[in-house]
Amino acid sequence: MNTLVDPRAIAMNPDAQASQWKLTWRAFRKHKLALASLVIVVLFYLIGAFAEFVAPFDPESTSSRNIYHPPQGIHLIDWGEDGSWAIRPYVQGMTIKRDPISLSATYEPDPNRKIYLSLFGQGQPYTMWGLIQSDRHLLTSADLDEAFFLLGTDRLGRDVLSRTIHGARISMSIGLMGVTLSLLIGVFLGGVSGYYGGTIDMVVQRVVELILSLPTIPIWLGLSAALPQDWSPLTRYFAITVILSLVGWTELARVVRGRFLSLRMEDFVIAARLDGGSQGRVIFRHMLPSMASHIIASVTLAIPAMIIAETALSFIGLGLTPPIISWGVLLKEAQNIRSIAQAPWLFAPGVAVCIAVLAFNFLGDGLRDAADPYTNERH
Amino acid sequence: MITYVIRRLIWAIPFLFAASLVAFALITLPPGDYVTTMAQTLAESGDQVDQARLAALRARYGLDQPLIVQYFMWIGGVLQGDFGMSFEWNQPVADLIWERLGLSFILEFSTLIFAWGVALPIGVYSAVRKYSVGDYVASVLGFLGLALPNFLIALVLMYIAVVHFGTDVTGLFSPQYRDAPWSWAKFTNLLAHLWIPVIILGTSTTASLIRIMRANLLDELSKPYVVTARAKGLSEWKLILKYPVRLALNPFVSTIGWAFPQLISGAVITAYVLSLPTAGPLMLQALLAQDMYLAGAFILLLCCFSIVGMLISDILLALVDPRIRFR
Repeated sequence: MNTLVDPRAIAMNPDAQASQWKLTWRAFRKHKLALASLVIVVLFYLIGAFAEFVAPFDPESTSSRNIYHPPQGIHLIDWGEDGSWAIRPYVQGMTIKRDPISLSATYEPDPNRKIYLSLFGQGQPYTMWGLIQSDRHLLTSADLDEAFFLLGTDRLGRDVLSRTIHGARISMSIGLMGVTLSLLIGVFLGGVSGYYGGTIDMVVQRVVELILSLPTIPIWLGLSAALPQDWSPLTRYFAITVILSLVGWTELARVVRGRFLSLRMEDFVIAARLDGGSQGRVIFRHMLPSMASHIIASVTLAIPAMIIAETALSFIGLGLTPPIISWGVLLKEAQNIRSIAQAPWLFAPGVAVCIAVLAFNFLGDGLRDAADPYTNERH
Repeated sequence: MITYVIRRLIWAIPFLFAASLVAFALITLPPGDYVTTMAQTLAESGDQVDQARLAALRARYGLDQPLIVQYFMWIGGVLQGDFGMSFEWNQPVADLIWERLGLSFILEFSTLIFAWGVALPIGVYSAVRKYSVGDYVASVLGFLGLALPNFLIALVLMYIAVVHFGTDVTGLFSPQYRDAPWSWAKFTNLLAHLWIPVIILGTSTTASLIRIMRANLLDELSKPYVVTARAKGLSEWKLILKYPVRLALNPFVSTIGWAFPQLISGAVITAYVLSLPTAGPLMLQALLAQDMYLAGAFILLLCCFSIVGMLISDILLALVDPRIRFR
C-alpha cells in the first residue's frame, strides 16, 4: 500500500527534492491566464488533428443553393406549440428570397423549419489521416438532407465552420513545423556561436544582425514568388515552412547564444569539463537541459509570429494556395470589400488567428516568467 | 562622436552589399530570365519572335554571361540609377519606383512618429500608475495590438467604414488628386487620408513600445536616486520626467532599429489591403508577374531603407548616451 504524502507538506516546503521541471511547473501554475491559454492551444491542436471528425461537413462540398448563407445560431431548448419544452438543440431553417430586380439573394428565417442537431451522428463519410474511414461527426443534423451553417457559407456555398476547422490543421502545424526548423538552425548556430566565441561568434552575430535589419515580408514574398508554380500543394507547404524558418531563426539563435555565454563559466559546466567530459557530453548532457525551459518559452513566443506570417503570405496569394486550406487562404475570400460587406462571417478564420496568436503570446509570457524558477522565488 | 559616426557608416557598407546580394539572388531565383519570359508572352500573343532581337536583348542585359558578371552589371547600373527595364510596364524601373517609394517613406515615418507620440505618454502613465485601471486598459489594448495582424485590422476597419459610414478608406488620395501634379491641396488631401493607414500600421509597434517603456521605467522608478530626489522635495512629475524617463528613453531610441524594418514589412501588406499607391502593392504585382527587375529594385531599396533606419537609430543612441560613443 502506498503511503500518501500530505500535499500541504510539499507546498509549504519547496525543498531540494523538487526538480527544476517541478519548480517551473509550480511557477507556471500561478499564471491563470497562461494556464487558460495552454488549454486553448491544446484544444486548437486537437481540433486541427481531428479536423475531419470535428467539422460537420466536408470543407470542399459546395452547394449552389446555399451561397453566402448567413450563420445560424443554436437553440438549445425546443418549445412545442402547446408550451411544452425539451432540451433538443436545433437551428432555425432559412428560406432564400430573391429580389426580383437586382436578383440578389437574401435569406430569411423560416419559423416552421427546425433542423435538429445530434452529437456523434452520421454525416458525410471521410477518411481521417488517410487511414480511418468513418462517417461520424461531432455535430450533425439529425436529418441527413438538411444542412446547417453555424458560421455561414462562402461564395460557393461551402461551410465556413468546417473550412476554418480544417484551416486550423494547416495553420497551427505550419507554425509548429516552422519553429522546429528555426529551432534546429537557431540552436546549432547560436550554440556554436556562444560556446566557441571568437571569430565564429563574430560571423554568426553579423549574419543575425543582417537578417534582423532586413524587412522580412519583402524577402519572404520574393522567396515564395520564386517557387515553381507547378509544385504540388504538399511540396509547396514544406517549401513555405522552410522559407518562414530561414528568416525566423535569428531570435532563437540570440536566446541560445546568450544562455550559452552565461552558462559557459558556471561552476557545474567547468566541473563537467574538468572531469574529462567530451564536448558533446558537456553541451548535450549539462548545458542544453539547463536552458531547455528558456528555449521552450522562446519557441512558444515564436510560433504566433510564424502563424501570422503564413496567414499574411497566403492572404496575398504568395503563400499556400487552394486546394490547401489554411486560415490565410480562407481570409483571401474576405479580401474585397464587396464580399465582406455581403458576408461578414467570412472573417471567422481571422478571429481564429487572433485567438490562437493571443493564446500563444500569453502562454509564452507565462512560460518565460516560469522558466527561471530560482530567480522567481525572490519575488 | 564624429569618429563613431564614421565607423558606423563604414560598418553599413558590408550590410548594404549583402542586401544587394539578397535582392540579386531573388531576381535570379525564378526559372528562366527576363528575355525568356518576354519571348513567351510575345509567342502567346501570336507575335513573331525575332531570335536576333532576343539575342541582342540578352547581350544588352548580360544574360548570356555568368551570374557573377550579371550581378556586377546590375549593381553597376543601380549605382548609376539604372535599375533595368520593367518587362510588364515596358518602362525603365527607375521611372516607376521613386514616387511610390517616397509615399512609402512618408507613411512609415509618420507611423514611427505616431507610435512614439502615443507610446511615450501611455508607457509613462502605466508605469507610474502601475496596476491602475488605466494601466490594465493599456495592457489589454497593447496585447490586442500585438496579436492582431495589420491586414486584419485593415479589413475590419474597411468593413466598418463601408457598412456603417458608407465611406471608402482605401487609397491615399481623393480621385481628383490621384494623377494630379504635387500641390498644397494634394498634400493636405494626402494628410487627410494618411491617418488611417498610420493607425493600422502603428498598432503593433505602439503596443510593443508601450510595453518596453513601462518595463524600463518600472526598473528605474525603484532605484535609490528616485527616492533621494523625492526626499529632497522635488515635485513628483518634474522628478519623473527629468530623471527616470530620460534614462528609460535609451532603449526606446534603439527600438527604431528594429521597429523600422518591421514597419516596412507591415506596410507592404497593409498597403495591399488598402490599395495605397506605395511600394508594397506594385512590388507584389511585380513578384506575381515575375517582373524581376522591378521587384528586385523594390526589395533592394526597402532593405536599404531599413539598414539606413538602423544606422540612424545607432547614431541617435550615441547622441543620447555618451557611454556608447566611447566604447
